[in-house]
Amino acid sequence: MNDQALLGLRPDLRIIADHVAAGSRALDIGCGDGALMAALRDHAGVDARGIEIDATNVASAVARGLSVVQGDADVDLVGYPSGAFDYAILSQTLQTTRAPDKVLDELLRIGAKAFVSFPNFAYWRVRASLLWGGRMPVTRTLPVAWYATPNIHHLTIDDFRAFLKERGIVTEGAWFLNGDRLTSEWAANFRAEHAVFLIRR
Amino acid sequence: MEHDERFGHARSVTLPGPLALDGGQVLTPVTIAYETYGTLNADASNAILICHALTGDQHVASVHPVTGKPGWWVRMVGEGKPIDPARHFIVCSNVIGSCMGSSGPATAAADGNPYAMRFPVITIRDMVRAQAMLLDHLGVRTLTAVGGSMGGMQVLEWAATYPDRVKSAVIIASAARHSAQNIAFHEVGRQAIMADPKWRGGDYYESNDPPAAGLAVARMAAHITYLSEAGLTEKFGRQLQARDAVGFGFDADFQVESYLRHQGLSFVDRFDANSYLYITRAMDYFDLAEEHGGMLANAFRGSKARFCLVSFDTDWLYPTRESRSIVQALNAAGAAASFVELSSPYGHDAFLLEAPELNRVVDGFLRAGGL
Repeated sequence: MNDQALLGLRPDLRIIADHVAAGSRALDIGCGDGALMAALRDHAGVDARGIEIDATNVASAVARGLSVVQGDADVDLVGYPSGAFDYAILSQTLQTTRAPDKVLDELLRIGAKAFVSFPNFAYWRVRASLLWGGRMPVTRTLPVAWYATPNIHHLTIDDFRAFLKERGIVTEGAWFLNGDRLTSEWAANFRAEHAVFLIRR
Repeated sequence: MEHDERFGHARSVTLPGPLALDGGQVLTPVTIAYETYGTLNADASNAILICHALTGDQHVASVHPVTGKPGWWVRMVGEGKPIDPARHFIVCSNVIGSCMGSSGPATAAADGNPYAMRFPVITIRDMVRAQAMLLDHLGVRTLTAVGGSMGGMQVLEWAATYPDRVKSAVIIASAARHSAQNIAFHEVGRQAIMADPKWRGGDYYESNDPPAAGLAVARMAAHITYLSEAGLTEKFGRQLQARDAVGFGFDADFQVESYLRHQGLSFVDRFDANSYLYITRAMDYFDLAEEHGGMLANAFRGSKARFCLVSFDTDWLYPTRESRSIVQALNAAGAAASFVELSSPYGHDAFLLEAPELNRVVDGFLRAGGL
């Protein structure tokens, strides 16, 4: 995808946009106002569909001409047939779901492959905040105080890797981010603020 | 097109038919009253069919000839609105069974007398088949269909019955079937009409004395279902009507009572009791899943249409879960579907009222389809 299309996309979405095959079918779960979907549609000819829980976001996305359904990843994925999409995309949403393991199962049922991005709770600043401050961390990727956060299942990169191994899920790609910069895999669990995985059964 | 008598306001056409009805009878000929706004473009690709609700009519954006009020959807249809005669060729027809000029119980049968209860029982699909005949007559092959409430049911039926003709479909505050509760409310209305001694088995047209009391009660009961409890409370609460204390009698003590009485009485001036019976029956029979082997998704297989569904959070007549089950079926069928639940205090009626978010969604959806 060309640089222009990627400009303004959140860093994890930029990575996903870069790796979705042109002309494929993608379901973006928790698609927000449809920024990624619009980029995928306009610049890679992707047949993109979305699910989003917030009505204002859905209205914005529909007004952009996107096919977005107001719904909840925890309950509404069952309505989609198996293998309906080439990619199921879950960006910065896994940690807000009630049953992340079931949601991941659904992702890999609906999509041949799945992109999953999440904030890494083992990031050193998070650790430092808890260790030295004794307070629940508030960072760029976890910006909300404990009482108002939508995040209910925090996880780390190593947790996610262990989960994939346990379930026999294959990792096709993994990207680690600090802010908007890619960082190496070396000590990612400690050094990366955010991770993007491309997985398949 | 300026000199083409088929296009414009207050039009009517009688087509020879035959129109084979779901109930097994045949309607011939078929008269359809309709209006068009805007101009059909050269490749006939800009047609939008607007489907009206139970007691609606073809005067979607023109003055109603009986009430003198503006069209029922001028918020959505007009210059600079999401549905714009400057860009779109807009068609709105009165459904068959109704009383605003299309074939219905009040129109004359072959013997010259009104059909009355001899008019065949019709279905939503029959209404849609009649609309398809009208669109053939107008030279419109493919279209975008838009409708709320019963209009939404027609849009769903359009997509299911004519999958190769519908390009985009907008379904607002509607359902793919009538629930037991929906049927129950309609039955109250029908019983009120038929219990009125002036109903006379439906043969009241010659008397010039229709079952107005029964029809008014039917409208009052239905009207409650169009509003939300919160909306009613906000508007009326327990406020008294033109008095300081309750009257210990059965006059309209409360404002909400006189409001409902007014709704009922003004309705009988513009609507026919028998049409109310026939159209509510058509809605009660509506079950799109049943028409397709019990699987709603089957209704949309092979459909290339884009769908946009909107519900309102305070609508308890066709609540959000009804829209959601349609969306699930659309997803299962692989159709391109959008859905949003909008917030409004006004209940089911919200789709007829000022709703900027609704306009924004419909506008974006239509434009994305190249309209």
